[in-house]
Amino acid sequence: MSKRLFALLAALIVASMLLTACGGAQFECDDAIGCVDIAPDEPIHIAYMLTISGATAFLGQDSRGAIEIAIDDRGGELLGHPISLTGEDTLCSAEGGQTAATKVAADPTILGIIGTNCSSEATAAMPTISAAGLVMLSPSNTAPALTLEGETWQPGYFRICHTDLFQGSVAAEFAYNELGSRTAATIHDGSPYADQLQQVFAGRFQELGGTITFQGAVNVGDTDMRTVLTSVAADSPDILYYPIFEPEGPFITAQASEIGGLEGTTLMGADGLLSDSFPENAGPNVVGMYLSGPYVSGAAYDDFLAKWAAKFGGVPPSGFHAFAYDGTNILLNAIEQVAIVDDDGTVHVGRQALRDAITGTTNYTGLTGRLDCSDNDYSAFGIDNPSHGDCATGEALAIFEITQAELDGNWPPPVVYTP
Amino acid sequence: MLKRYFQNISWVDVFLRVFQIAALIVITIGIYNTVTTGRYTSAQWATLVFAGLAQGSVYALIALGYTLVYGILLMINFAHGEVYMAGAFTGVFLAQYLSNIGFLDSNPFLGVTALILLAGTVSTLIAVLLERIAYRPLRGAPRLVPLITAIGASFALQYTFRGLYGAEFRAYPAVKALSGLVNVFGFNVPLVQLVVLAAAVVFMVALYLFVERTKMGKAMRAVSEDKDVARLMGIDIDKVIVTTFAIGGALAGVAGVFNGLFRPQGVYFFMGFFPGLKAFTAAVLGGIGNLPGAMIGGLLLGVFESLFPNLILEGLGIPSANQLRDAFAFTMLVLILIFRPQGIFGERLAEKKA
Amino acid sequence: MNLNWRLIIKNGLLGGIIAFYLSAIGMAETFSQRYLISTFLSTGQLFVAVGGVTAGILTARALKEDYKKSTAYIGSLLAGVFSSLPLILLIFLIQVLVIQQTGQEVIFRWRDMFVNFSPGLVAMLTFGQGLGLGIPLLILASALLAGLGATFILFPDRLRLAWLNGLIWMLGIGIFSENVTQILGQFGGRGLARFLFQQRTLNPIAAILIFAGAFAIAYFRVHKTVQNRWTGMPARQQKRGRTIGLVLGILLLISLPWMVGQFLSQALFMVGLYVMMGLGLNIVVGYAGLLDLGYVAFFAVGAYTMGILTSTGPLGQSDLSFWAVLPIAVLVGLAWGVFLGFPVLRMRGDYLAIVTLGFGEIIRILATSDWLAPFEGGPQGILHIPNPNFFGITMHQPQTMYYLVVAGSLLIAFVTIRLRESRLGRQWMAMREDEDVAEAMGINLVQTKLLAFSIGAAFSAMAGAIFAARLGNIFPHSFNLLISINALALIIVGGLGSIPGVIVGSLILVGLPELLREFTEYRLLMYGLLLIVMMLFRPEGFLPEETQKRELHADEEELAPLET
Repeated sequence: MSKRLFALLAALIVASMLLTACGGAQFECDDAIGCVDIAPDEPIHIAYMLTISGATAFLGQDSRGAIEIAIDDRGGELLGHPISLTGEDTLCSAEGGQTAATKVAADPTILGIIGTNCSSEATAAMPTISAAGLVMLSPSNTAPALTLEGETWQPGYFRICHTDLFQGSVAAEFAYNELGSRTAATIHDGSPYADQLQQVFAGRFQELGGTITFQGAVNVGDTDMRTVLTSVAADSPDILYYPIFEPEGPFITAQASEIGGLEGTTLMGADGLLSDSFPENAGPNVVGMYLSGPYVSGAAYDDFLAKWAAKFGGVPPSGFHAFAYDGTNILLNAIEQVAIVDDDGTVHVGRQALRDAITGTTNYTGLTGRLDCSDNDYSAFGIDNPSHGDCATGEALAIFEITQAELDGNWPPPVVYTP
Repeated sequence: MLKRYFQNISWVDVFLRVFQIAALIVITIGIYNTVTTGRYTSAQWATLVFAGLAQGSVYALIALGYTLVYGILLMINFAHGEVYMAGAFTGVFLAQYLSNIGFLDSNPFLGVTALILLAGTVSTLIAVLLERIAYRPLRGAPRLVPLITAIGASFALQYTFRGLYGAEFRAYPAVKALSGLVNVFGFNVPLVQLVVLAAAVVFMVALYLFVERTKMGKAMRAVSEDKDVARLMGIDIDKVIVTTFAIGGALAGVAGVFNGLFRPQGVYFFMGFFPGLKAFTAAVLGGIGNLPGAMIGGLLLGVFESLFPNLILEGLGIPSANQLRDAFAFTMLVLILIFRPQGIFGERLAEKKA
Repeated sequence: MNLNWRLIIKNGLLGGIIAFYLSAIGMAETFSQRYLISTFLSTGQLFVAVGGVTAGILTARALKEDYKKSTAYIGSLLAGVFSSLPLILLIFLIQVLVIQQTGQEVIFRWRDMFVNFSPGLVAMLTFGQGLGLGIPLLILASALLAGLGATFILFPDRLRLAWLNGLIWMLGIGIFSENVTQILGQFGGRGLARFLFQQRTLNPIAAILIFAGAFAIAYFRVHKTVQNRWTGMPARQQKRGRTIGLVLGILLLISLPWMVGQFLSQALFMVGLYVMMGLGLNIVVGYAGLLDLGYVAFFAVGAYTMGILTSTGPLGQSDLSFWAVLPIAVLVGLAWGVFLGFPVLRMRGDYLAIVTLGFGEIIRILATSDWLAPFEGGPQGILHIPNPNFFGITMHQPQTMYYLVVAGSLLIAFVTIRLRESRLGRQWMAMREDEDVAEAMGINLVQTKLLAFSIGAAFSAMAGAIFAARLGNIFPHSFNLLISINALALIIVGGLGSIPGVIVGSLILVGLPELLREFTEYRLLMYGLLLIVMMLFRPEGFLPEETQKRELHADEEELAPLET
């Protein structure tokens, strides 16, 4: 009996191999790093690599929702094939990013990736992603090194959001020029993102002529911020910049009211705190606080929000969804542009051609304004490395002010400054 | 006498002693530098001390649960931080409701009592369930086995509450009657911190009296001394153990509400993990298995944490001194345990069993 | 018919509470669209079904002894009916608390608290049929599930095993569809994969075929036949067979990464890394009896040594190669083991546990700190750590790095075995049993303890160094308490002191979670429940060491009358 069973299995396997061998043989792929062939009944497969679980899950849910809406906007189809979206959880850690990358890279049907959320994930994932010939477009990696040649840039990497160079500078310029602050203190939380952002802020603030009185840090999981706030208060700075996340951000905001010496200090956070639950959690001291972050507006964006409310209810949980939406569209447009379609509906996509097509996207108008994915020049920031793959042009950034209305449930807060 | 003492010490002791003295010198230098620069006012120091005491009383209430269980079962209830989280997390919903209907402002005492009752009940329930499901079947097993189930239960509880109540951060509403400042020795101290400290002390004293004066307390002490003899004396061991877990759980729930009163933010499913570790540290610091030890250990740890980064580390010229707070707290623990391997109030007894 | 109603109701409600729990925390609805077999069975439904099946199994097992089989079946079906009661309660709770509140202005919205009490959950539990028809259907389904559970106990033995085997294979392939597809893809079997799965879901024909195949293999006792033929062989042939088996095993070990593909190789790499750590920790905890909760400290030391010495970025301090730094990392780990072992020499038991836990945290905090950032990057970590180069081959793939951890594990296992048999090993075990007696017997406790600490630390540092070289960049938040906990849990789940146990523990606690990535936020919940369940059913671990097992059981016998 068992022999017969094995024979049956063997026959099945051989048959299936023959089946695969017969399919699609006419097309000659001349792409430098290979092609993806999509048979008429197969979907166009893109993947996401986002942080779906853990403390930063709101970032992943924000991005994933936008990707799904972008796909819905095309009726779920591209070139007559359904679009299939699968994904991996990257856990906001380097090893999580790398493991997810090996899983995505192992699937030869995937054309491109939207991800990752955290920069450390991308740093560890990109060598694998790049070697597999894939492209990855990030909605929220902000580490400058990721797009700098000689740093951690790898071919196939693109970034739709702003590098910290932009956001940190805008925050510093707002503080110095608009608020008239001359002394500033910063706090980070030991994450690469917050540390980088406060460094850029501090650097730009000093360039403008300001003084940094204190640069401190808290740990993720700390609840008592009075110690670090007392250190800040010793110099009574004009502004305190802490680009960190919940729950540490609300702790600092609330406890700052208890510390003598901080009465005249303006509080300022960044996009990590730009979520609708923040004002209520932080309490009354949040009124008058500023947040830097991505800023999107206009009729197209209102339309997007309406779709979000219809599909998921409420508003997006973070501020990066528009970048994810634009990134998905850039990827799908590029696929459409380079695809070679056979008469029977089979689609061939060259992987290098796809990369070139995204790099060639120079004048795309998305929700986040004009996007230009060609090479950049950051010598204005004192960086000489050649830079590739940054799509954002610095248009979609703003400073928000939290008022009593936000404490009572309004969201998003009013914009008080755009560069 | 002295000669014999010298014969008994080995080079390890000498080394440890030198290590200690070096540490003390470094600490003294740090304090001296900070104090002489005069960077902080005495009002600021007072703020830190009182905040530390309030934080410490929360640690102490949680630490009591660790110490009670350890005294009786000689096991680390690693999931105790999650018991605290369960009460605090459930309480936040009632608190928001009471605040929305205005009850918390019109009847603050009744409102807070209701919160304590709810949080205490939930935590007690979780603690008793934990004992029934994860610990009781393993009472005869090697000591490491219940430690592993405790770690497993810790994860399971965190993610159970994440699934039940969601992953969002929530915050306790401000209680108007508790806001405001009180003048203590000429320093302005938030009223809520004093209330938390006083209430925690009341709970601790009540527990102490319960253990020392009641029949059940006597049974608990008997079981912690010797289970077998206690059984022979007709004590229902299971009942004593369940009571121990229930008391520990109730205190953890109370700690959760107190924490919400003076530090309202950051209520979410992972909020119990670090306080749990700290409270465990506090229990060990005081001498694990010893009730007054847990109280003093908790308060001491709270003040250590609040004061020392600025007082010592900044004086040593370390940047972002606050970042090293936990590292420093653990270093202090090591230094104290080198002095007294059984903790401040610990008895040699624990060592024999451990 | 005289049924034990109390027992039936108790078991039924217990099963129902499990189903209630899994539904209330959202596992039912979240995975209701993740289909296993066509659109007929989803993972979410499978989770709810656990309740009914459990009720059936428990009841059938309890009734089996004292009642006729038919009575036991009826009892199980009744338990199934009771198991639906908590779910019906849940439906009404959602109906009253949540659905009636929708669209109304209320002060307290119950859905804000119980986020998974959703209309979608009601629809799922009532099969989308509305309450009137849905609740009777739910009761019927629960009874049938309990009946299914009862078959696991009450079917005749041979049929029972075959039935279970079939179900396990069918559901297993459904759950692990992505991994099966990858393995098939590795063998050029994409066509077969396409036949089996449509969008990760088993098609019904394939499901039936798999079930039938697995059923038949178990029913016709293929493994028994093979076993019989084996025992029937003459001794010389058996010996040759064993040699062939060994060669095949080695070949399998060598070819494994190329057979399973990139992702599973990465998972195997992680498993191997934890095997290395587990073997090291096994010396400290298993042999010497020193409870170490801060093992990650040495892992971090190894990783940072590798990072600082080989990085080509600005933080790199030398241009040594991976192979030159690996022994250095081991030596540095050894030194740190002595350094951190010193202050704790006098501490015992749980004092030791909390202090070592503190060391783990101290190292992580120091790595994050701005204070040491100029040397090791602080929050920005160390970037540009090159992959190892093996005679001109750059090991940038998980497949090649896999060999490194296999070699490392073999080396560590060899050293461990030699140490265990040595004088030092016996000293450790004597110390584990009783420190005072060991000292009285003339064992130098200081030396013995420090050796255990430092050798364990060295192995952990070796694993850390390989980890850094694979990752290419290290960040402080990678070195958290979870690594220590994982390493400790896997040696205890595998069986304290046992080397095969470490491998099994690592496969279960490291490998399995990698395969279950799609359960994202519920992964750690499953991990926690798994730890509890495994410890409850096998407190001595999966593959306990023989002597250890005897000791533990002797221990139990001695304590049993006193402890119960």
